[in-house]
Amino acid sequence: MFEKIWTRHVVAEGPGGHVLLYVDRHLLHEGTTAAFTRLARSGRRVRRPDLSFATADHYVRTAPGSPVPDDEIRTMVEGLGRHTVLQGITYFGVGDPRRGIVHVMGPEQGLTVPGITLVCGDSHTATHGAFGALAFGIGSSEVEHVMVTQTLWQKRPRTMRITVDGRLAPGVDAKDVILAIIAKIGAGGGVGHAIEYAGSGIRAMSMDERMTVCNMSIEGGARAGMIAPDDTTFAYVEGRPLAPRGAAWRHALAFWKTLPSDPGAVFDREVALVAGEIAPTVTWGTSPQDALPITARVPDPADVGETGRRESMVRALAYMGLRPGTPLAEIAVNRVFIGSCTNSRLDDLRAAARVAKGRRAVVPAWVVPGSGLIKRAAEQEGLDQIFLEAGFEWRESGCSMCVGMNGETAREGERVASTSNRNFEGRQGKGARTHLMSPAMAAAAAVTGRLTDVRTLRT
Amino acid sequence: MQAFTRLTGVAVPIDLPNVDTDRIIPARFLRRERDEPEYATFLFHDVRFNADGLEKADFILNQRRYRGARIVVAAENFGCGSSREAAVWVLAAYGFRAVIAPSLGDIFHQNCFKNGVLPVILPADVVAGLRAHIHAQPGAALTVDLQPQTVSTAGGASHRFEVDPFRKEMLLAGRDEIGLTLGFETKIREFEARHAREMAWVVPPRAGA
Repeated sequence: MFEKIWTRHVVAEGPGGHVLLYVDRHLLHEGTTAAFTRLARSGRRVRRPDLSFATADHYVRTAPGSPVPDDEIRTMVEGLGRHTVLQGITYFGVGDPRRGIVHVMGPEQGLTVPGITLVCGDSHTATHGAFGALAFGIGSSEVEHVMVTQTLWQKRPRTMRITVDGRLAPGVDAKDVILAIIAKIGAGGGVGHAIEYAGSGIRAMSMDERMTVCNMSIEGGARAGMIAPDDTTFAYVEGRPLAPRGAAWRHALAFWKTLPSDPGAVFDREVALVAGEIAPTVTWGTSPQDALPITARVPDPADVGETGRRESMVRALAYMGLRPGTPLAEIAVNRVFIGSCTNSRLDDLRAAARVAKGRRAVVPAWVVPGSGLIKRAAEQEGLDQIFLEAGFEWRESGCSMCVGMNGETAREGERVASTSNRNFEGRQGKGARTHLMSPAMAAAAAVTGRLTDVRTLRT
Repeated sequence: MQAFTRLTGVAVPIDLPNVDTDRIIPARFLRRERDEPEYATFLFHDVRFNADGLEKADFILNQRRYRGARIVVAAENFGCGSSREAAVWVLAAYGFRAVIAPSLGDIFHQNCFKNGVLPVILPADVVAGLRAHIHAQPGAALTVDLQPQTVSTAGGASHRFEVDPFRKEMLLAGRDEIGLTLGFETKIREFEARHAREMAWVVPPRAGA
């Protein structure tokens, strides 16, 4: 599948195996402003504004009713608005219900479709690979390069297929699958690779779940992660505002059906997991690879032979304030964050609401929908009422407490049960301690005040 | 872009694997301009300074012999995580021009090339050996020479590394990539014409207000 999309997008062959790759979609957010500024300074223009789409997510506040806080951030968000107007780019800004996390907005609007190349100045761009697109994150210089030329110089990555066969056990979802995958291959395991996720365990997933899996490819080191398009994909895309329609839809569909990897396709590396063996999973350390079943205990560095690994475990445990041997399910948390480009879609909110329903949060717990439209849809289902009655905070959409750049952070030493994607030191605020988990597990932590095996709560 | 040809400078060993770009520059500094005079102080900020802004004595860059270091010798997967190019900008602002590691985060790796910082990938045992060499002689210089693709110690041990010929040429010349690509305008136009025929559905309809 990777091969088929790659080949279709080669504009020119360059030296040393580099190709000039055409970009079908360029997604922008207010963190991209630096590239716009350089572009303006150079006097150049965006080559294909019709293929570029912007929204504001990283810096906007998500407190109910107050999307933009201080003057500096206001300038940034307004700057993005101004640049998009100047360049003729569609912008879903503050006040537009279509505004949302860039990796939520794209699929929701039908911009993300199979068979295309899609880039964004954000490392979680692999999310869009869930549709059978080649999608990857780029840096600021590359953003400017795409703005001007609609292309990128790329070297073909190696390919890796990760097969998850079988059925997931009750209480286990896509987040647990990707955390288990990262624990298996390691945070650097996918470096230099494009991953294809395959197998019956993946096929059975909804698009929301598939996006959760692809989203965290970068936490396994891979810039791109993808899933072959199928009827689930087509059903999701059909009828979205910016998806192909009429004859264009029929042509697209015929092409998309040719995309799945051929039976004999060869990958540089193959990895396999058994779906039924995956348990609800949480992280204990400061790398996404530090993930274990909730039934496990905090590992002991003394059990690790390799010096570098042992020292980084000691460091991680000191930062996390954890003692080896402590059952993970006994770790008390100070707050809960349900949101981020990993887990802020309707399926995620439903899963959290099922756990929250009829219970009471005993620690501050935020629910941050991925977009204005998801917020609205959730409210139509009454999910907001379930959360509010359970004492959760129901907020506006945005990246919020996942990125630590918009002022929405945890305090030093606070322990957060979070559905986001990174448990790095300081990621959710200086000195904040992050445990990654699924939305259902995060909701369970909110109502018990500790990391909790969601299977022990009746839903 | 500043060209990279040959660099001899103090090398600092960073032994921790998976050093992420949030650690290299915490997110709250991403809105700051890279030409601010204090920009270099954001590098490794939260592990380099105490809450009162004083240097943490145990952080390696704060040790006297590593002042003015120009080369990072890192462990596996250095620069993983966020795509923030500021991770490279802040290393460059501090004075680093080369990063040697067994592997680098993919996006960080690309970002280095765009900013005149040379990423050098060498086998894990070789890099571990270099770090051990520096630990044994803190403040020791390394020489990174791009034309012959070698990293050498003052004692004479030399290691050849692989670098993509395309990126090598760009770095040696300090060439602007956008300028290069604009030279492919005809090819891009031809591609767009073909793409519009073969994948006409690829251009989305106009969004409503």
